[in-house]
Amino acid sequence: MKAIWNETKEYDLTSGKYVKIWQGPQHPGVTGNMSLELLLEGDEIKWLKTHVGYLHRGFEKLMERRKFINCFPIVCRICVPEPDTNEYLFAAATEELAGIEIPERAKWIRALNLEMARLGATIMGLGGQSGSFGLGTIGQWAVAHRDFLLDSFEELTGGRIYHMYIIPGGVRYDLPEGFEGRLEKTLVKIEKLISDIDKVLFNNAVFKSRAKGLGIIPKDWIEPFGITGSTARGSGVNYDVRKDHPYLIYDQLDFEPNVGTDGDVYARTEVRREEALLSIRLIRQILARMPKVGPVRTRIPDIMHWKIPAGETYVKAESGRGEYGYYMVTDGTEYPRRVHVKGASYTHAMALLEKLAEGVTNADIFGLMVSLQTCPPEIER
Amino acid sequence: MSLKDVISPFNAWKRAFEKPDTIVKPMSDREGAPNYRGFHINDIEKCIGCGSCEEICQNAAIDLVEVASCQAKPGDSGLRPLIDYGRCCWCALCVDICPTGSLGMSNDYTWISEDPEDYRFVPGVDDKKWNGADKGYRRQEEAWLVEPEREHMPEKTPEDRKNDFDEYAMGFSDEQAEAEAGRCLECGICIQACPTHMDVPKYISEIKNKDLDEGLRIMFETNPMLEACGRICTAKCEDVCAVGHSGKPIAIRSLKRYIGDKTYRKKDEIMDLEPVEQTGKKVGIIGGGPAGLTAAFYLRRLGHSVTIYEQHDKLGGMLKWGIPDYRLPADVLQREIDFILRQNVEVKYNTKIGKDISFEQLHKDNDAVFIGVGAQIGSDMPITGMDTEGVYSGVEFLEKVAKGERPYVGKEAVIVGGGNTAMDATRSSIRLGAEVKVVYRRSEKEMPANREEIREAKEEGAELMILTTPSKIEKLPSGRLKIECLKMELGEPDSSGRRRPVPKEGSEFYIEADVCIMAVGQKVEPEFSETIGLKVTKWGTFEVHSDTLKSDEKVYAGGDCQTGPDDAIRAVAAGKKAAYFIDKQFKG
Repeated sequence: MKAIWNETKEYDLTSGKYVKIWQGPQHPGVTGNMSLELLLEGDEIKWLKTHVGYLHRGFEKLMERRKFINCFPIVCRICVPEPDTNEYLFAAATEELAGIEIPERAKWIRALNLEMARLGATIMGLGGQSGSFGLGTIGQWAVAHRDFLLDSFEELTGGRIYHMYIIPGGVRYDLPEGFEGRLEKTLVKIEKLISDIDKVLFNNAVFKSRAKGLGIIPKDWIEPFGITGSTARGSGVNYDVRKDHPYLIYDQLDFEPNVGTDGDVYARTEVRREEALLSIRLIRQILARMPKVGPVRTRIPDIMHWKIPAGETYVKAESGRGEYGYYMVTDGTEYPRRVHVKGASYTHAMALLEKLAEGVTNADIFGLMVSLQTCPPEIER
Repeated sequence: MSLKDVISPFNAWKRAFEKPDTIVKPMSDREGAPNYRGFHINDIEKCIGCGSCEEICQNAAIDLVEVASCQAKPGDSGLRPLIDYGRCCWCALCVDICPTGSLGMSNDYTWISEDPEDYRFVPGVDDKKWNGADKGYRRQEEAWLVEPEREHMPEKTPEDRKNDFDEYAMGFSDEQAEAEAGRCLECGICIQACPTHMDVPKYISEIKNKDLDEGLRIMFETNPMLEACGRICTAKCEDVCAVGHSGKPIAIRSLKRYIGDKTYRKKDEIMDLEPVEQTGKKVGIIGGGPAGLTAAFYLRRLGHSVTIYEQHDKLGGMLKWGIPDYRLPADVLQREIDFILRQNVEVKYNTKIGKDISFEQLHKDNDAVFIGVGAQIGSDMPITGMDTEGVYSGVEFLEKVAKGERPYVGKEAVIVGGGNTAMDATRSSIRLGAEVKVVYRRSEKEMPANREEIREAKEEGAELMILTTPSKIEKLPSGRLKIECLKMELGEPDSSGRRRPVPKEGSEFYIEADVCIMAVGQKVEPEFSETIGLKVTKWGTFEVHSDTLKSDEKVYAGGDCQTGPDDAIRAVAAGKKAAYFIDKQFKG
């Protein structure tokens, strides 16, 4: 395989030819608290170093000192825009190790919850992508429309951002009366938003001229970098955990992941637009096909002192940013021995960004960064 | 790129003409969803301060604190949760675990105070605008984190068990015991309600840990009669069990029995009691019932010599003579007593104070005397015909049954009373072949017997005649008894809080029976009280200091002879307490 890394170049910082600047950790263009160390020649980036660690909260270590049920309210906080994936994976890992089967309806409600979260995260991502190129209007639309989804979450789970709804054993309780109808209204609104985004973003000379050809990820980089999700699909690699390793009830749904070809920022954004529409279709499928009644939860005996037999497992799910994974080791006590969280953007957001940034103008670096779906909270668990 | 790409973005302006979705006045309140997880509310009357919320809170945001408006009482710690909103993460696990359902969350989420201290408050006690809110997150039935149903102990069917005196409850299997133990929140609200304050959560957690040996050692710290109590205790702990507020209480008594059943064969090995230094002090114990045996055990562990003076030829007191075998098999009681005796307890059987040995002698020979003689004499009713042949007292009848005699009950028996002795007499009579009517002057709700005793007696075919009292008994020429009864109605509550029964005029009716067993209360043997010359109350019980059980400088009394007829666990508690204070007296 051709080496991806070139030899490290030496830059003479005293020559007066270069300037080194820091962007972040507090910077409106950076997605969350991380920092970019940039070496510029004129407007062109010659060298970039990512610095993470500003948002480290030690979730993995915290979990080793908490009983299983006490980990449940923590895990969602690993990712702000899409916390439900964490809730699901933590629950799935504990259930697998403890040998707990959850009721059928709970599986469907979980999938519904995950798709709602993906939709919210994806449309906010579209807004962020346009915002990073100075197209702030779409960012405002996207955030406002995500709020309609948050209203649905609030109604369903009692919380807007951190839902804490998918609990080991199932979900906390059933859908509220008439929830489906109200959710459908929001879906219609989001469909209209996407048709507006088509006109204003994808048919926009500014966006096209800046995003096309920016940050091209060749197909043969996908595997060595461990890139997943829409970032990989934008480069023509069709990998989707929901399709390739179905979990919950995804094998009972009809869908095909969308794949791009060009591998640039524009292609990735287009894939995400399709992803949002796919999530809407999946939500409708789930609501139509799910069992209408039935239990939604298996009660866990002695939940305050829940002991899980010794074992280890890796569970994964497709989040809005790619494959999200939880590796859990248990030792038969009331506490997890080790929980490792594989954040979806962990593989994209540091080394790949450093590589892709070479030759990019300073103005485009944020557009590039957003297109890799960099999410510092999940890089630093 | 085309001209279209330049013009198309102007489509954004269309949105300027649409009705905005945002709230016009951003500062006006937007109501949270009906199950929004906002600031906590707490129904302070319903809350029992069990602390389960504090236990499950992963942020340590909840602290149980004393509040002026709540007093500690059995089943209520008197504490209430104080929540620190600097730590709370609004996960509502505290609401989902709450066994009473008192804790909830309002849908209020907009509130600002400049004082950081304001963000620590006791919901329901401190005045907040959302107190009493009807919207917000509440624990839904299916969301409760605790299993509401208890494990059912296997037992013989009523048809099967009513023919013999064999034990009918079979005890929990390992799986059942672990499942039942798993329902326990380990809140400890039961400890205070138990007269001898057994550390229930700790021994239940040892069942979860599969360390029954440790469970046994924990139980022995407060109760050496655990096998008997595991079968016949009135389980005041279960009455106050936090889980019982929304489901069935934990089967604490059955779990106690489970540990006893699994460990009795290796009791000496498990307990591994090391010899203690002997103090040379001597204690005489009158009465070898639960109070006396318990006092003997703990006094021996403290190094004092103990002699029990027992008027029967066997120890056990009311556990032996008052409780039929089907509830407490004689061999179970005997093996428990044997363990206590193996701690070098001396026993003088068939020794009656005042007859075989004088109380003065006893007083002189010992450094302290503990009286635990119980209330052995059945009370009479002030009605004519009490001395008719065929009318027995409940305790007398049960003693005969315990001795293996099979007293005559005929085909039909009438039992008068509503306590546990009445139920024991009822069920024993059924086992001896009689059809039984239970005559009780109040309603079933007011019957002092354990609920399950009443239920099981009914299952075995006993007929309850509530709001009825006998007023006259006479012998018919046929040899049967004719019992005149009166119908009663309930009036105002009396000093015990139960409604006083008042006879209905002209409501006399008659029932016939072969025997009539009076189980209407017990009292301390008056001759014994006279013999020892201790001060007695108007109910004939010994008057001692309520905390130390001390009468004069050397004499202590506890159990039924001090409290009036009560249950075994209270006697055990009295024995333990007396041992403690006797030891304290010796040590000065």
